[in-house]
Amino acid sequence: MRTVTAEPAPASAPSGRRSAPPSRLRRSWDKHWYAWAMVLPVVIVLAVLIFYPLFRGVWLSLTNLTEANQVAEICTRSITGSEVCKDNPNKWEFVGLDNYVNVLSGNVGQFWQWTGITLIWTVGCVVFHYGLGLGLAVMLNRPMWGRGLYRVLLVLPWAVPAFVSAFAWKFIFNERFGLANSVLSSLGIDPVDWFSNQWTSLFTAIVTNIWLGVPFMMVALLGGMQTIPGELYEAAEIDGASPWQRFRNITLPGLRSVSMTVILLGTIWTFNMFPIIFLVTEGQPAGETEILVTGAFRAAFEGIRNYSLASTYGVLILSILLVFSVFYRRVLRKQGEVW
Amino acid sequence: MRRTAKGIAVLASTTLALALAACGGEDKKTEEQPKADPAALKAELTWWDTSDPKNEGPAFQELIAKFNQTYPNVKINYQSVPFGEAQNKFKTAAQAKTGAPDILRAEVAWVPEFASLGHLYALDGSELLADESDFLETPLASNKYDGKTYGVPQVTDTLSLMYNKELLTKAGISTPPKTWAELKTAAQTIKQKTDAEGLYVNPAGYFMLPFMYGEGGDLVDVQSKKITVSSDQNVAGLKIAKDLIDSGAAAKPSANDSYGTMMTLFKEKKVAMIINGPWEVNNVKSAPTFGGLENLGIAPVPGGSAKAGGPVGGHNYTIWSGMPQEKVDAAVAFVKFMSSAESQAFLSEKLGLLPTRKSAYNLDAVKNNPIVAAYQPAVEAAIGRPWIPEAGQFFGPLDQMATEVLIQNKDPKAALDTVAKKYKAEVVTSYGL
Repeated sequence: MRTVTAEPAPASAPSGRRSAPPSRLRRSWDKHWYAWAMVLPVVIVLAVLIFYPLFRGVWLSLTNLTEANQVAEICTRSITGSEVCKDNPNKWEFVGLDNYVNVLSGNVGQFWQWTGITLIWTVGCVVFHYGLGLGLAVMLNRPMWGRGLYRVLLVLPWAVPAFVSAFAWKFIFNERFGLANSVLSSLGIDPVDWFSNQWTSLFTAIVTNIWLGVPFMMVALLGGMQTIPGELYEAAEIDGASPWQRFRNITLPGLRSVSMTVILLGTIWTFNMFPIIFLVTEGQPAGETEILVTGAFRAAFEGIRNYSLASTYGVLILSILLVFSVFYRRVLRKQGEVW
Repeated sequence: MRRTAKGIAVLASTTLALALAACGGEDKKTEEQPKADPAALKAELTWWDTSDPKNEGPAFQELIAKFNQTYPNVKINYQSVPFGEAQNKFKTAAQAKTGAPDILRAEVAWVPEFASLGHLYALDGSELLADESDFLETPLASNKYDGKTYGVPQVTDTLSLMYNKELLTKAGISTPPKTWAELKTAAQTIKQKTDAEGLYVNPAGYFMLPFMYGEGGDLVDVQSKKITVSSDQNVAGLKIAKDLIDSGAAAKPSANDSYGTMMTLFKEKKVAMIINGPWEVNNVKSAPTFGGLENLGIAPVPGGSAKAGGPVGGHNYTIWSGMPQEKVDAAVAFVKFMSSAESQAFLSEKLGLLPTRKSAYNLDAVKNNPIVAAYQPAVEAAIGRPWIPEAGQFFGPLDQMATEVLIQNKDPKAALDTVAKKYKAEVVTSYGL
């Protein structure tokens, strides 16, 4: 609500000032009308596609709208042709911040637990995505036999639909019939009940997501590496720099702009990565590997669907990501990066 | 609150009666027409079948072909929709007022929910309910909401003890266990004497109900509007289930895919006993590893200290309220055919499904059916569930609870208290704890 009221505020400010210098606004309009005309289509598209749904979501989160109370009257048609309508006794209404209080206090759902798991999940996945992607990119950035073939093979996970990979990995980790446990047994290690423990269960999902996400990182970083001029390496070699020094002082700085972008993207994607958790662990055991998006989905859409609760989660997730992005950009700017 | 609901119901039924009286003549005409000439009935109907497409679907399609012999001009668009998705899919489509099927095979708990949202035709006064007294009471009860009837029972079921006869004989057990204590010793004997495990307990809410009912517990008390899920009886029931696993009588269940694991192990003769319903009979029968129907034993679920009983399950035929009025005759004819005693007998012969009509039990195909005979005592002892719109939402928290207790060793009382709190906060907010 606050955001909604905040919106017209800047608009009302110039209109209040209008009485004092009316000619100035007029002059500006005469001079810049074409700029406004050019921007207008974009503004309209943004308004319809982005701002309307966004503000509607915020508004919904302040009501108690659900599937059952959204209509003012419920009509029942009879097979004999009559129709009886009656007022919905629990019609939806404005409830202020009730939804937020319920969610943040843990009265509905397990917001804080989900947030914690989401953070572990995101950090775990992104660190391995970036680390493995960088390693593979370095490996493939030199002339070697069969380079083209390796590149194709390494991009393969990205080409498989995510849900197919998810089912494949879920089956690999199946406690009784899966490949993972039969490999462990053949090595003489006790089979693991992967999905019966929070951490091993989360592990299966992270492994699946790493498999899926590494190709993107690899391709992006490989692209970045190929923009670094070869003369730099040659000069460094002549100066007697070791391979590690070359990597630290040429490759990494050269990759910085690419890295920053892919890490930001990867974080946001992983944070909101729904299908892997939903399909691989299904939140098991007992909802302990649920991340924010899957937990919110279950809380809001299983049973009678709760649109207001869904919006509340949506706004909360958006806020977390906004805070993160702002913070991240600030760090970048401090390092002299203009992104 | 309840008084006003009652008042509305009375008002509604009076209006209905008046409306009926007003257009009585017309009704008769539409009713008689199809009887006179079924070929004159022309319509296209979509039916969402939520049964298993591999095990059960073909039999339903055969029935449709039979229906078309009598009604050649009623085209039935048969669509197999996965059971797990159908509920949400139907609600989304019904709300959008487009894309919902004319006829839906709805699980018993869905009907009050859909009816409360206005998504279903009330069927009172139609041919479908003309012989209402022929239906078994418990399955029919699931179709009633707020004084009206919104569906026709298709099939009824309940959980039972399914066992591998060969394995039980090998272990020297001649009669299936009748109580949980007997089950425990039987399972342990099987584990010792054969290379199979004794029992598999699926860690899901629905499968915990026989344990809770056995001690006399239930989820809510609809009459006094009270949440009773954390009662001592339920705690005692869960402790029995837990003990089966802890003592090694039952295999250690997995948290993910446990239902599929249970069925695979049972079909491959790696587990001797499971608790499951008649909908899996065909699946077990057609498994090459199991040894056919002769090897499948069926007994009522074992009892606890209070009684023995599983939850009533099953499915109903419902008609979407967004279906155009002119298709009503065809839809009624179709549902009437599908729910007739003969069709039900056909389905029990083919699939071992349990009829919902009393008269069907007199037909030879049902009377001589060993599966129906085996399930009949279980169905008679089955316990009706609370038929309220929220009933479908009871199972999310229960599933979580079952995993916590059976797999993560959480204290049953604490886990049930969490469930009760969730019911209060999210499911039946007007009920007391």
